Amino acid sequence: MDVQAKLRILADAAKYDASCASSGSKRARVEGGIGNTTGVGICHSYTPDGRCVSLLKLLLTNYCIYDCSYCVNRISSDTPRARFTPEEVAFLTVEFYKRNYIEGLFLSSGIIQSPDYTMEQMARVASLLRTEHKFGGYVHLKAVPGASEELMLQAGRFADRLSANIELARDNDLAQLAPAKSHGAIEKSMQQIAHGILEAKDKTMRSGKAPQFAPAGQSTQFIVGATNATDADLLGKSSALYRRYGLRRAYYSAFSPIPHADPALPLKKIPLVREHRLYQADWLMRFYGFTAEELTTVVDRNLALDKDPKLAWALRHREFYPVDVNKAGRAALRRVPGFGVRTVTRILQIRRYRALSLGDLGKLKCAVNRAKFFVVTSDHNPSALQIDGVKLPERVVPQVRQLSLFEAAETARSGEL
Amino acid sequence: MTIVRAHDFLSWRNESRRLLAADVSPADVHWAGANETLFGGEQATEAKIGSVASVPKEFLRLAQTAALHRDDDRWNVLYRVLYRLTHSEPSLLKVGIDDDVRRLELMNQAVSRDMHKMTAFVRFRRMENSDPECMVAWYSPDHHVVKAIAPWFSRRFGGVRWSILTPDECAHWDLEKLTFTPGVPRSAAPASDDMEHLWKDYYASIFNPARVKVKAMKAEMPVRHWATLPEAEIIPNLLAKANVRVIEMAKNQKSSAAEFVPRTNDLQQLRAAASVCRGCELYARATHVVFGEGRPDAKVVMVGEQPGDEEDLKGHPFVGPAGRLLDKAMLEAGLDREQVYVTNAVKHFKWIERGKRRIHAKPSGIEISSCRPWLEAELASIQPELVVCLGATAAQSLMGRDFRVTTERGIFFPHRWAKQLVATIHPSAILRMPDRRDEEYALFVHDLKLIAAKVRELEAASRRLS
Repeated sequence: MDVQAKLRILADAAKYDASCASSGSKRARVEGGIGNTTGVGICHSYTPDGRCVSLLKLLLTNYCIYDCSYCVNRISSDTPRARFTPEEVAFLTVEFYKRNYIEGLFLSSGIIQSPDYTMEQMARVASLLRTEHKFGGYVHLKAVPGASEELMLQAGRFADRLSANIELARDNDLAQLAPAKSHGAIEKSMQQIAHGILEAKDKTMRSGKAPQFAPAGQSTQFIVGATNATDADLLGKSSALYRRYGLRRAYYSAFSPIPHADPALPLKKIPLVREHRLYQADWLMRFYGFTAEELTTVVDRNLALDKDPKLAWALRHREFYPVDVNKAGRAALRRVPGFGVRTVTRILQIRRYRALSLGDLGKLKCAVNRAKFFVVTSDHNPSALQIDGVKLPERVVPQVRQLSLFEAAETARSGEL
Repeated sequence: MTIVRAHDFLSWRNESRRLLAADVSPADVHWAGANETLFGGEQATEAKIGSVASVPKEFLRLAQTAALHRDDDRWNVLYRVLYRLTHSEPSLLKVGIDDDVRRLELMNQAVSRDMHKMTAFVRFRRMENSDPECMVAWYSPDHHVVKAIAPWFSRRFGGVRWSILTPDECAHWDLEKLTFTPGVPRSAAPASDDMEHLWKDYYASIFNPARVKVKAMKAEMPVRHWATLPEAEIIPNLLAKANVRVIEMAKNQKSSAAEFVPRTNDLQQLRAAASVCRGCELYARATHVVFGEGRPDAKVVMVGEQPGDEEDLKGHPFVGPAGRLLDKAMLEAGLDREQVYVTNAVKHFKWIERGKRRIHAKPSGIEISSCRPWLEAELASIQPELVVCLGATAAQSLMGRDFRVTTERGIFFPHRWAKQLVATIHPSAILRMPDRRDEEYALFVHDLKLIAAKVRELEAASRRLS
């Protein structure tokens, strides 16, 4: 099979990983080499489905010895198979990069022979790129749970980001659907990566210069909707992972039923809007000061689908509002539906020089139509009087419409609510 | 009214200093930027006027970027903001809702975005027969950003010689320094590159035809840049074929019995539900669904390929010639037919017409996997100790496509649907080999004897347990 045929199969098989981020890492070009990372990711192209192309996203192989029910590449699936050599992946990456098609490589793989063997093959690609090709572009490697610490550390020295996918929010679901995987093994990999990152930082602090270790940190991915795990389960788990291992990102990927799926799996696709709401909630936890517990209730363990989680919280906590845009602190302003982190920063800056009116908010490119019910401004704002009204939810919740995959992907990328 | 000219940031700054020193109000100045060309105006040098006023650093940053904007009015806006900053409104920039500041910010944003898009959309092509390698790109930026962004390219691609050609000006890197020359037409750049077909293939494989979002794509990748993007060439083709691909995908997706399988462990209910299965196209030409038969608590499940002509007409599995051969061999091997549940990997007869006869046709991979939910539901219900796969179809359905009956027959594997799984050939294979029939039959009976021994072993083990 030639490289072109392999590329078709293994690019197609790689699209189940949601992550395409190429940001957060700074790496200068080495003398005589090619490529650097500047901390800012670049989307080099967009496909007609509206999604960005930043990294060359490939599987090293889609052969797999595991039988995870939710995965198209499970051993019992009859999808066409192919396997790249590490040299072929390195060649494609460098040649694409040189033409400015991509920011770098995102490499994942089915498990062949053993976790150690697979991890070693992936680390070999990264090592080829960094040492033989003097490649300074972005490299994201999938960490194979169960691989030895030594291999993980080796991978981290070459990669900008490592990610071990947690797959499902509850360990007992994993035991059922992916018998070869467990939270124990996955979190052990996360722990190893976190340890490598901390150690490299520590060395840099002491000696000023030390070899880099996964400078863009680690991320993970959840599959949503393959089991009856609730959003509270998912958010609880991701917030624990953020806390324990200092993850940069968690990705939520809606489970889509695959042909000849396991009878234990749901037949229905989950609404894409659920994925979208999870990204919004995740963003609220990381940048808006919300905790996982605040976002769902004891009664309803799932996020509302018809409104964003911040608005849902606001409607449950009317006593918190209205917030005075000219007096309130940053934390309170961030809880106003329709205000983003940047809006809040600008409000705080501008109000030192002049009081903000409702019209001024309009110029800040924030969602005034939502925000106006929850704020007090320098001028008269009649909408704020409805804060305790029974009709508030229907006034403030936008018309229900079908949310598209693109919007979920966009949210994943930008996090804008 | 004073008329002054500026063609770049430095010349604007020199003129502005002069005007500020004379305290000329913006209302009395008109900045002319027309008929300017980047190389037409003489290169401005630092004017010999000392500092006339101090402005926030932020303004200098904004002004330097906004100066690259193509809008001729930029010099007027810049001078207006400068004048207000140095007269009564030193904090003007902090008020993001002021009209002049907003205009300046918008210009600044447009230029920054243009620079960013240039880093994204420049596509290098390798100069044919260049040694050492030389990469050349042709690009058309919206604003005058080539000089400002060229250092970014030399940082990233410093190890290769490259040129970026644009209609306004060109940047060149010779591994040591950047040089700039006047603009050239597109024909000056190479017309093709040998990696582009792979890149287009990659682009086509990651596109999801079920989600066509042309507007979103165009917002981020404006059509005016498509001319220089090799992948953009195939967009019309991808879009034209998207519908067909979606229909094909839907067909493949629909090709599963999963939605017909009820959530139950009751074999009778499963059998009833199977009779109306439309999980693949085979139902259309078959007489009956041939569901498995045998004791619901059988310790052994035998899985064949698919019903044959007789089975299809009668609606029972293994009642044709192959079934009779199986009965005979089981008897010889000491396996009790009554204790075994027999079924098939595919539940409908697939055939081709040969004269008046219906000839068996091998089920496709899609048909096998479409039907697997039924087989898995049967196994989940019976929970046998041992699964015996008769032939490659059954074995590959349960063990994956890499399983080879020829080399792996008679070997016992642990399996998710039973304690053990073993494969041997299908009895119909023996019937199709008239010259080797006796040897193959003996080998088949040998395998069945191994299986009988394993059954006794498993039974003994479970008796010990209980």
